[in-house]
Amino acid sequence: MKAKIHVTLKPGILDPQGKAIEQALATLGYKSASNVRMGKYLELDLNETAREKAEAQVKAMCEKLLANTIIEEYRYELS
Amino acid sequence: MADGKSMNFGVIVFPGSNCDHDCVHVLSDVLGQKAIEVWHKETSLSGLEAVILPGGFSYGDYLRTGAIARFSPVMAAIKQFVAEGGMVLGICNGFQILLEAGLLPGAMLRNRSLAFICKDVHVRVENAATPFTGRCEPWQVLKLPIAHADGNYYTDDVTLSQMKANAQIVFRYCTPDGRVTSEANPNGSLDNIAGIRNAAGNVLGMMPHPERCSEDVLGDDDGRLIFLSMLDALKKAKLQPKPVMAG
Repeated sequence: MKAKIHVTLKPGILDPQGKAIEQALATLGYKSASNVRMGKYLELDLNETAREKAEAQVKAMCEKLLANTIIEEYRYELS
Repeated sequence: MADGKSMNFGVIVFPGSNCDHDCVHVLSDVLGQKAIEVWHKETSLSGLEAVILPGGFSYGDYLRTGAIARFSPVMAAIKQFVAEGGMVLGICNGFQILLEAGLLPGAMLRNRSLAFICKDVHVRVENAATPFTGRCEPWQVLKLPIAHADGNYYTDDVTLSQMKANAQIVFRYCTPDGRVTSEANPNGSLDNIAGIRNAAGNVLGMMPHPERCSEDVLGDDDGRLIFLSMLDALKKAKLQPKPVMAG
């Protein structure tokens, strides 16, 4: 099974990189772009066929290492 | 100062630590203590009276600063050391590792300016009654260098008020005359926080580098106050009868 994981800063947490990207987009003329948030994307293969087990593992990985839940949130897709 | 009164310090070396030698130098050459480097694969801290997690870029800051170092084998021993009341100082990346390990509350965000900031700053001693600041006067202003890209301290409102109630905020960025202002905040840290301690009081994390300013020859020796305070506290603890530990 493949897991695709997105880790982003929680809403309300200052994202200075997102802000800088937003300003760069505005400079390029993309004035309609707003609320740019930058995050991380990870993908990994899991030697697991049972969806429930895979999901439990990915969740534990996110909680323990991949995201710092004080400042970040995560979501994932399994396929 | 090999008079039997010197203390045993351990400086943890992670892959990517780069302030370890500076810490050992200050402790041994400047202050005459015993300081050894402890490789992060070690699982025991026996014989050590205080531990320092130095600055650097452990594991290349991959994923998040300190996120991977916190799983180094030595961290289990450090948790045990802290639980037994041992004194631990985390400097810069060491502070980030202590946050990721949950030994201190909160987390670090990228600097507000996105820049890596390397310069002298001023911090005000908010709590001079800790084992790390005993040599400082309350509200004393220290000049210390910072060098980091992720020093923008964050925690939630509930934790912040608990920290305030427990006097856990030890250093705040300030102007040279001791005013805590937004302009004096180099990185966007919540409440100008530059250093905090845990609730029990035996763990301190700070972004500025006291080991880089502990000698007159460097033009600034304010950092020495931190190490001298630790020495005072260790000597005082040694004079007191030790509680009997189970096991």
